[in-house]
Amino acid sequence: MGHTLSEKLIAAHLAGDGGDVSPGEGAEVWPGDLVEVTVDLVLSNDITAPIAIREFAKLGVDRVFSPDQVVMVADHFVPNKDIKSAEQCLAMREFARAQRLPHYFDVGRMGIEHVLLPEQGLVMPGDIIVGADSHTCTYGALGAFATGMGSTDIAVAMATGRTWMRVPETIRLVYHGQLRPWVGGKDLILYTIGQLGVSGALYKAIEFAGPVVDVLPMAGRFTMSNMAVEAGAKAGLFAVDETARSYVDARTSRPYSVYEPDADASYAREVEIDVSLIEPQVAFPHLPENARPVSEASDVRIDQVVIGSCTNGRLEDLRVAAQVLRGRQVHPDVRCIIIPGSQQVYLDALEEELVETFIRAGAAVSTPTCGPCLGGHMGVLAAGERAVSTTNRNFRGRMGHSESEVYLTGPAVAAASAVTGRIAGPQEVLS
Amino acid sequence: MTNMTGTSWRFGDNVDTDVIIPARYLNLSTPEELAQHCMEGVAPEFASAVRPGDFIVAGDNFGCGSSREHAPLAIKGAGIACVVAKSFARIFYRNAINTGLPILECPEAVQETEQGDKLTLDLGAGKITNVRTGRTYRTSPLPLFIMEIVAAGGLVPYTRRGLKARREAQV
Repeated sequence: MGHTLSEKLIAAHLAGDGGDVSPGEGAEVWPGDLVEVTVDLVLSNDITAPIAIREFAKLGVDRVFSPDQVVMVADHFVPNKDIKSAEQCLAMREFARAQRLPHYFDVGRMGIEHVLLPEQGLVMPGDIIVGADSHTCTYGALGAFATGMGSTDIAVAMATGRTWMRVPETIRLVYHGQLRPWVGGKDLILYTIGQLGVSGALYKAIEFAGPVVDVLPMAGRFTMSNMAVEAGAKAGLFAVDETARSYVDARTSRPYSVYEPDADASYAREVEIDVSLIEPQVAFPHLPENARPVSEASDVRIDQVVIGSCTNGRLEDLRVAAQVLRGRQVHPDVRCIIIPGSQQVYLDALEEELVETFIRAGAAVSTPTCGPCLGGHMGVLAAGERAVSTTNRNFRGRMGHSESEVYLTGPAVAAASAVTGRIAGPQEVLS
Repeated sequence: MTNMTGTSWRFGDNVDTDVIIPARYLNLSTPEELAQHCMEGVAPEFASAVRPGDFIVAGDNFGCGSSREHAPLAIKGAGIACVVAKSFARIFYRNAINTGLPILECPEAVQETEQGDKLTLDLGAGKITNVRTGRTYRTSPLPLFIMEIVAAGGLVPYTRRGLKARREAQV
């Protein structure tokens, strides 16, 4: 019997003696095996690194396993939102300096981690990547096995270059049909989570496949892999094709390994999804699985729109928003906050005059930050307020007060809703 | 391991880490500080009313969402003896094991437990008794490898021991 992408990637990284399967030529792993693996990249950020650093100090080692492979990004509560956040960033900065980490990214050079790392050429196909951030699964879009963990796991990975994992079963999702206008990666993944449910892929990996994703640009793939965790998944992978190769080759000359799932691989579940039926989606409060077609969201008045995040903060997302906002005005009752995902995205958006389009439309444009997505700063909601957001979670209180509401959409619906002051599809605004 | 008895705090499905510890408190990092805001997003009275040795009893996918280790730390800081759920989100599961917060998957026990029920737990044997109904439930034991992490007191002491052994072997 053949193997899934995840099984092949894990088998290629077997290490040590801490697991059910020992490394060696031709070693195979199967779902349910508990194995020890080497990791290629270890990530943390300003809210998870401080705990990881504290735990690292208890391990009895002085240095990280390989400074080149330990990445730290100040992105959640930066530019520092308060004194305690400043102290957390300081702790991370001092550690990064002491350990001489070449890939430490601070304000002015940072980006939202999952936009930044692929853009910087730090994510390679065939890698195993662990990050103290649940959306680390974003890198599956480049054929890496990438998963989120907590700070203690990351402390151990920083010290040893290894981690343990249970080999996951895989759900294969096959997308076919013709995409409708304004339907992108975000709509596909919201629809998919609506079908699977927020625990539908619990402990499992997802493989995204089919003719629709084969022609999906990288930005849309990152968005889909990013939200695999919202269905409970450990990872969300795409097989590497020419689109992925050109993205990586434009950013790094390091060699990498490409794996294909076997035709006779065994899947926990295979789901066929006909995208011809999918409208732009809106996930209603308070779970990402509450996805509905935008046409069913009638007269939901909103107070705020957020366009950005690790899910939809890429240049392609901003282009879509600008297409809708160009020559129009944000509704007087709406605060529209647009956050480019990295310094590079910000610069590109300036050069393409997208930033000018946003400001002329009456939107606020911010330096990169996770800020409002998790109710940190730069757009926190009051009781009773509603936001449309291109972020990834609409849990109760996620963006602020526990009596506020978040509706998740792609950038087209978010921009259209900013104009109308209620949830609306782009076609309504453009017609 | 001794039996523990405590009162149940009953929650539903998909209790996410944003309600366990809202992100605005992620600028804190000690269990004691975090415990002051534990479950604030879903049960604002919890942090002041919870007693050491109490249990959280919840539905499917407990701890879904963010990877924040602040969530199990907040629960541990609040003195919760064990979280019993129908299932756990995987990052939370790892974080609980790694930080030494006892957790058990036991759908039947969850199904038949009400808010305020007294539970007795024998963690070593994986046995839960509901004092009100008199019913006893058995859970499947943790995999051996994970039991070793728990027995060592969490991932850090487990790894520290392994690293020390590796260094000594090299000498």
